[in-house]
Amino acid sequence: MVTAIRALGGATVDAVAELGRFAAFAASLARSIVTPPPRVGRLVDEVFKLGVLSLLIICLCGAAVGAVLGLQGYNTLVRFGAADSLGAVVGLSLIRELAPVLTALLTTGRAGSATTAEIGTMAVTEQLDGLRMMSVDPLHYIVAPKALAMLLVMPLLSALFTVFGIFGGYLVGVRLMGLDPGRYMSSLQDAVDFRDDILGSLLKALVFGLLVGLISTYRGMTTAPTSAGVAAATTSTVVTASVSILLVDYVITALWGV
Amino acid sequence: MSDQPSISSAAGAPPIVFDDVSMAFGARRVFDHLSFRVPAGLIAVILGGSGSGKSTALRLIGGLVQPVSGRVLVDGEDVARLGERQLTRVRAKLGMLFQGGALLDAMTVFENVAFPLREHARLSAAEIATRVRESLAAVGLPDAEALLPGQLSGGMVKRAALARAIVMRPTILLCDEPFSGLDPISACRIEALLGGINARFGMTIVVVSHDIASTMRMAARVLILLPDGAVEGAPADLQRSGDARVAGFLQPDVEAALRQEAAAVAAAPVEAAAGPW
Repeated sequence: MVTAIRALGGATVDAVAELGRFAAFAASLARSIVTPPPRVGRLVDEVFKLGVLSLLIICLCGAAVGAVLGLQGYNTLVRFGAADSLGAVVGLSLIRELAPVLTALLTTGRAGSATTAEIGTMAVTEQLDGLRMMSVDPLHYIVAPKALAMLLVMPLLSALFTVFGIFGGYLVGVRLMGLDPGRYMSSLQDAVDFRDDILGSLLKALVFGLLVGLISTYRGMTTAPTSAGVAAATTSTVVTASVSILLVDYVITALWGV
Repeated sequence: MSDQPSISSAAGAPPIVFDDVSMAFGARRVFDHLSFRVPAGLIAVILGGSGSGKSTALRLIGGLVQPVSGRVLVDGEDVARLGERQLTRVRAKLGMLFQGGALLDAMTVFENVAFPLREHARLSAAEIATRVRESLAAVGLPDAEALLPGQLSGGMVKRAALARAIVMRPTILLCDEPFSGLDPISACRIEALLGGINARFGMTIVVVSHDIASTMRMAARVLILLPDGAVEGAPADLQRSGDARVAGFLQPDVEAALRQEAAAVAAAPVEAAAGPW
């Protein structure tokens, strides 16, 4: 019994200490983002790597999720004679919930894990120490552009996911099930509020971008200097970021109804 | 030669001084109360077994790790007590060749060598190109500008990293295992390069190495990190040393060591096979 309590206490202390280190890292990162000189070229590179190279997967998944929503939504709504509301169901589901959450999860798997692996490998191969010895702060040169790029691209990718999702729902509802295209689009237009739904959705995506950016870079910078360490850090990024996204999503939805 | 090293300098204040430095990583002790000085303009080599703290000594000089106690002075400034901004000033005097090269793998050789110039020197693109080509020529790597680190051999990586380490004209060059992983000819080339750089630019060079033969050829001063302390001296003095620890390190009885290891393996208990194998 005493051993169990001791283990629980030790784990709690470790978790609090880890949170403290994470908070200190986030503060240092925020400071380095506003420290001159601005790394615009590095930021553009990272936006390309994290955002542009994720376009295909985001568009494909958006269309697929929209198509599935269209099918499931149509089959349910038609029972109540409300098939004309399919546009609203697909649109609201995507905008308020599915687009920001699924975009964040997909980006975590594709770009977040790559970010951790890249920084971790740089740590293992002494590239970060090499930068320090050249009086270049790795946080400023390597980490800050990656975290900032993640923050910037997430809302844009989420918006794109939404657009392709609505298109996928349209294809199924209108082309496959024979709904009137005007009714699909007008129900969507009537149901979606710009401030509550669209801005709320972008805000969620922004928060998720912040989370994924922070977690993936923190895990990279704290990677154990071995190949197994890089593998463990990458896995940890995917698990921690995914769970955090879902938990924070609930908190945002419960508190602000977004 | 002395047990408590104090390399005296004939050319003014020594640029690197370890003053009673103790180092540990958590519970693992690396070395205790280490004191030595590296005189200006010479090549000093730090020898020692694996885990003796040779690379850690270099990292202490660069301010990459902090000692448990003691002072590490670079040109009179204690790097263990400097903030990041002050460290930047000290690191401007240092160039470092890492064991694996530590080249930025997303950049070509040219961009890697140009990197510190672009970050810190106010030079035009043409001036940077000239300096980069000078450095690459100095290390005998003039045709590799456009290659990525992944396309280079081990020896070429070391030479490109050396070009980057000297491109800012540091006064002190730190080299971590510059000969490791290289064939004998490549290792000789790197050894000659370091000697040439020392002669041409007058840089103080601190080399960490396992290679006793090259150490005896190139070093003006040698520091040997032993499990029970450190011994320092000129190569010739160390080779004539009556200290059994130094003799045992410099001329190890390989056959006796192999016999000892074989006896230890034979004496180790063998667990009964638990599976079908």
